[in-house]
Amino acid sequence: MSKTIALVGNPNSGKTTLFNALTGSNHHVGNWPGVTVEKKVGYVRHGGVDYEIVDLPGTYSLGAYAEDERIAREFILSQGADVVINVVDATNIERNLYLTTQLLEMNVKVVLALNMVDEAEAKQIKVDLAGISERLGVPVVPTVASRRKGIDILLDTAADLINAPLNGRPHITYGEDLDGKLARLQDLLDGLRLDYPRQWLALQLLEGDGYAERLMQENEVLKSSQELAAFLSELKPRAEQYQLEIVDYRYRFISEVTADTVCRPDEAVPTLTDKIDKIVTHKYFGLPIFALIMLGVFQLTFAIGEELLGGIVAGWIGVLGEFVTGGLSTMGAPEWLISFLSEGVFAGLGAVVEFVPLIVVLYMLMGFLEDSGYMARAAYVMDNIMRAVGLQGKSFISMLVGFGCNVPGVMATRTLENKKDRMIAILINPFMSCGAKIPIYLVFIGAFFPEHGGLVMFSVYGLGIIVALLMGKLFSATLFKGEVSHFILELPPYRKPTLRNVLRNMWDNVSGFLVRAGTVIFAVVSLLWILAVLPTGVEPYGPASILGRIGTFVAPIFRPAGFGTWQAAVGLFSGIAAKESVVATLGMVYAGVDSGVELIEAIRSVFTPLTAVSFMVMTLLYTPCVATLGTIKKETGSTKWMAFSAVYTFVLGWFAAVLVYRVGLLLGFA
Amino acid sequence: MELRSLVDLAAGECGRVQRIAAGANATKRLYEMGFNTGAQVRVMKNDFGPLIVALEGNKIALGRGLAEKMLVKKLERL
Repeated sequence: MSKTIALVGNPNSGKTTLFNALTGSNHHVGNWPGVTVEKKVGYVRHGGVDYEIVDLPGTYSLGAYAEDERIAREFILSQGADVVINVVDATNIERNLYLTTQLLEMNVKVVLALNMVDEAEAKQIKVDLAGISERLGVPVVPTVASRRKGIDILLDTAADLINAPLNGRPHITYGEDLDGKLARLQDLLDGLRLDYPRQWLALQLLEGDGYAERLMQENEVLKSSQELAAFLSELKPRAEQYQLEIVDYRYRFISEVTADTVCRPDEAVPTLTDKIDKIVTHKYFGLPIFALIMLGVFQLTFAIGEELLGGIVAGWIGVLGEFVTGGLSTMGAPEWLISFLSEGVFAGLGAVVEFVPLIVVLYMLMGFLEDSGYMARAAYVMDNIMRAVGLQGKSFISMLVGFGCNVPGVMATRTLENKKDRMIAILINPFMSCGAKIPIYLVFIGAFFPEHGGLVMFSVYGLGIIVALLMGKLFSATLFKGEVSHFILELPPYRKPTLRNVLRNMWDNVSGFLVRAGTVIFAVVSLLWILAVLPTGVEPYGPASILGRIGTFVAPIFRPAGFGTWQAAVGLFSGIAAKESVVATLGMVYAGVDSGVELIEAIRSVFTPLTAVSFMVMTLLYTPCVATLGTIKKETGSTKWMAFSAVYTFVLGWFAAVLVYRVGLLLGFA
Repeated sequence: MELRSLVDLAAGECGRVQRIAAGANATKRLYEMGFNTGAQVRVMKNDFGPLIVALEGNKIALGRGLAEKMLVKKLERL
């Protein structure tokens, strides 16, 4: 029987790094049932026992007003874990212990992983581990997750605790008045059948916690207790005040724990982080620096991903394709199979897969920035601009995530507490150019702007941001009026990114890309191939095929934008299944086995630099893929908003593409 | 005791949180993040856009609107 360990901790406590260190490469990423908060589960075998490690969302509190907090809380309370590892940032013990006090209130088995003790040492923070352990009544294990220190001892300790009975807990006082009310509540709850610890439930009721209150209403047994109902309604009006008092008392408990167990140097000396922040959050230089960093990321992506590695993979695919089709035809395989493989699979999928090196490099660089702590600064410097359009800096984080993939981008809007912020952030996320669109730009860059790849990519991404901001402004002025929510964001100290985290972040994204290539895009490619060779007797991939006829029917829509060919129309529509399909389709209809070079040449003969630009603008802005649309439906809880998102982006993309084309013609471009 | 808003502190100045007059959710969030009664904060940046304040050696960016509603007692340097 395997045991379950849950990881909880504040954001920036190094929880993810510890999860990676604990589980190695053995993990999978999924969703919590019913919601789209990411659920990461890893596995490790230690001392002959299998452990399942569940990475709970990083939160400051286990209250119930944000979805991720609720998930973490529910998992712990439902006895989902045999033991909880509470990751605590050693440089920030006092504030991190807040979550710990809530865990103590829940009466579960807890191990404290005091993480980043090396940084604490560098900052001359002294910690009396035994003292803290004694006062909290939980074992404390020092760790340095980034260098895998303390991992074995942590697992040993967790294993011991699973087998040990639950120890007594330190008494946390909430002051005479509240303690009295808590005791009364506990008395009233006594004897009722409850799924939660009585003491914890009493505290939640005192705080006026909506979830606990609903629990009371739903529970038939409680309906009978008039006395409890009366007492609760008596408490209700002052719940907000009690909440804050309770927080204060939790912190008072913490300061009793840390008073003589944690010692900090008296005067905070400006750290390297402070010095870097002076520059990157500067009121004038902050934004240009952010722009330069992003430009640098794209330039490097091209220099390494395309020039160094890009040709190699394309070459392999070409060789492999010729080898397979050549081998099959000497073996006398049927004509249709060879056609399917060469013109369908290798041309279509090959056109997608050959961009893997580029995507690998891009995600490694983005992961590097994320792991370093810079992304929070990007949100900080963007706050002013975001505010000017009626949004706030934190919305920008979901936009940055959208650069990877709009599905997690839309999910990341969950951290926005305000409904208005969240709806707008969801609706503008698709304008953040995702990884799947990269192959499309690359083909057109290869055909027309090979010298300026990084700059073109930067401009495309920049345009996406600008359109997103403009639409955000429009939405906040029309559909979603109301107050802008508050901006609270921790700026973690800069850290040297660990290779393990960077690689893992890259792989989570790239493997998703490969999985899509093997499933959705393969299906699209197969379907398109069938449509392209039917009805029998027509020239495959010709205008007389079913595919050609569909495309020809739709193509006039795109004529005002300069790319009114049936091939472009089919490509764009296939892209709604998954964006990579655009390139896969173009690869199929324009090229054969050696898609890389041939596709680029074919594009060059069909498009012009100007229509290439207008096509890229269309691809950037038009209808998001079905996966994103599905996520929008789930997150907004409404089919209407999903449909709205699908249609308005298409209309907007079309207008923008037409505008680019028409203005370009006027200016004398061709 | 004279209370003033956090936005009135210049970079380098310190204060002790006395009261937060923001909405219930924002107030609770701030409290839970460590801006509870008596917490000592030091303003690190206050020129344009959100403030950056140090709390127990950590840095947190706070929107101006929110910082305005945080009432502190300014601590004089000794």
